Amino acid sequence: MMSFVGWWPELVKGPDVSLDEVCIIGAGVIGSLCAVHLAREAQVSILVRRQEHARDLNEHGLTVSGKSNFTSRVYAVTDAAELPDFSLGIVATKATQLEEAVAPLKGRFGDAAFMTIQNGIGAEQLVARYGDWPLISSVTFMSGIRHGDHHIEYELDTATWLGPYQGTSIETARDVGDLFVASGLEAEVLPDVRPAQWSKLIFNHAVNSVAAVTDLPHVALYARRGRPSDLGWLVAGLIDEGKATAAAAGVELFEDPWEMNVEAVTTGQTDSEQYAHVPSMLGDIRAGRKTEVEFITGALVGEADRLHIDVPLSRAMYQLLRARDRSYDD
Amino acid sequence: MRIGIIGCGAVGSLFAAHAAQLDDIEVWAYDISQEHVAAINKDGLRLTGVEEVHSRPTATTDPGALPVLDFGIVATKGMYTRSAIEATAHAFAGGAVCSVQNGVGNEEIIAEYVPRVIRGTTFPAGRLIAPGLVQFDVAGATQIGPFEPKPATMDEVESLAAILSRGGMETIPLGDARGAQWTKVIFNAASNALCSLTQLPHGRAANNAEVRWVMDRIIEEGKQVAAALGIEMEKDPAVLLEESIPVALDHKPSMLQDVLNRRPTEIDQLNGGICAFGDETGIPTPMNRAAWYLVKGLEASWRLEEQ
Repeated sequence: MMSFVGWWPELVKGPDVSLDEVCIIGAGVIGSLCAVHLAREAQVSILVRRQEHARDLNEHGLTVSGKSNFTSRVYAVTDAAELPDFSLGIVATKATQLEEAVAPLKGRFGDAAFMTIQNGIGAEQLVARYGDWPLISSVTFMSGIRHGDHHIEYELDTATWLGPYQGTSIETARDVGDLFVASGLEAEVLPDVRPAQWSKLIFNHAVNSVAAVTDLPHVALYARRGRPSDLGWLVAGLIDEGKATAAAAGVELFEDPWEMNVEAVTTGQTDSEQYAHVPSMLGDIRAGRKTEVEFITGALVGEADRLHIDVPLSRAMYQLLRARDRSYDD
Repeated sequence: MRIGIIGCGAVGSLFAAHAAQLDDIEVWAYDISQEHVAAINKDGLRLTGVEEVHSRPTATTDPGALPVLDFGIVATKGMYTRSAIEATAHAFAGGAVCSVQNGVGNEEIIAEYVPRVIRGTTFPAGRLIAPGLVQFDVAGATQIGPFEPKPATMDEVESLAAILSRGGMETIPLGDARGAQWTKVIFNAASNALCSLTQLPHGRAANNAEVRWVMDRIIEEGKQVAAALGIEMEKDPAVLLEESIPVALDHKPSMLQDVLNRRPTEIDQLNGGICAFGDETGIPTPMNRAAWYLVKGLEASWRLEEQ
């Protein structure tokens, strides 16, 4: 078995792009997919929580299968003090672990820009609490399956949408988008990510909350509205409440979340006849982990309250999800 | 006098076992479970728990074996109402049939097959723990009254109530039993659906502030539908819910038992029933609808896993 221990920082510099040192904070599914791809074009360091995870990545590199197939060298640490300099930090933790991961970076890496890639809304503001770094906002639709600490399967090779948030220009966002595309990921650069972020927020809110409460993966039933008791009515009701909230917030949606739902369950993005993707909140519930409910359904209900929009169905889902999360505190 | 229990599961067995203690009443129990029927005919029907009862109704899986009956008590799960009454209606050509089932909409189905119908609501609960043996968990009263569109006579209602009460199942005859039924339906729509979705027992679900918020709204909508139907509630289901917490802290409502055993639930008759009558009266029922869809989604998740 090859060992990559100690290769950093002797590695020869990558191709001549402006963002040649990237730090991935958190190596779950999305962090790992970013890391393995971007490492083809840049030196990639990874900040993880577990020692074994870091050791495993440093010993074996990071392997991707599925839509991409290769192994990349990465440099993983568990202590932020050991991170080498970087020009782009991608915060890819779960929203629930974001603050814990970013806090040790406070006051450091003054020259870096940071990009958030979490589900829901509110991640940018959380990062901004720990430094006045220029920020890039993003929403990702790619998905993967972890097969251990150093093997990630690239499941859906759908795009990441990114754009300037604060202290950055569209040019910086374009550089990041170019880096993504050059490394084999799909990316789309937008002057304002909010319309895309809200489209995904509303889609995630409806699909994730229903999945987390019913234990039903995202299947065709989510888009069915034949009989009066069909689940599609609830999904549509949740989406309508989200759209009313977005409209009140002055956000014009990039995509219709209902169409996203229909497309996801009818086009069979997973190459299987029955698209049975397990949404992340359901994955969390099944694994006994806390869900991102506060950043998705909670954030939406919070916005609705602020804007005085009545969202009874969304609030019901929020209450039920909180009840489920609460049970893990015991 | 002959009584037929149609569907001799947990609740049906409570009625059958009690009534069969009476010397002057012949009790027939119709059920599709071969083992349960065989056990009843061999060793009798036993209740254990809040009361010990052992009696000998005549059980059968063959609807053709039923003699002419004076009264019927339908105690199947709601999704089997039609098939059960369709098979047994011949025995009630001259009799009156009473539903003691959960939810709303069962009497309407029964009325399609028999001439005189009694609306019933029962609170006693239990569970089948072995063929011929039922755990009697919760005692309580049953309220019955004529089903308005196709009513049994008040004499029949009073006669049935007297028989059941004499057998040990307290039964109250009412001129209008809708208030009692809707009180229980609304209570059950809140409790059963939310216990099923959270997998918490009754009292613990109601004690959880997040879950209670949803329960309270389900109850509020149900009360509005009942009011639009001109029904006066027997008791405020919100008060009933509050009072039930210490009594049924760790009780698993029947729908939660169904969910844990991956059996089809009665959600169509509970929250679905409230939605149907809400549509009829123009009352919006978004929270009942959400609960209805979510339990349907939960049921769908089992079918997906079986594929």
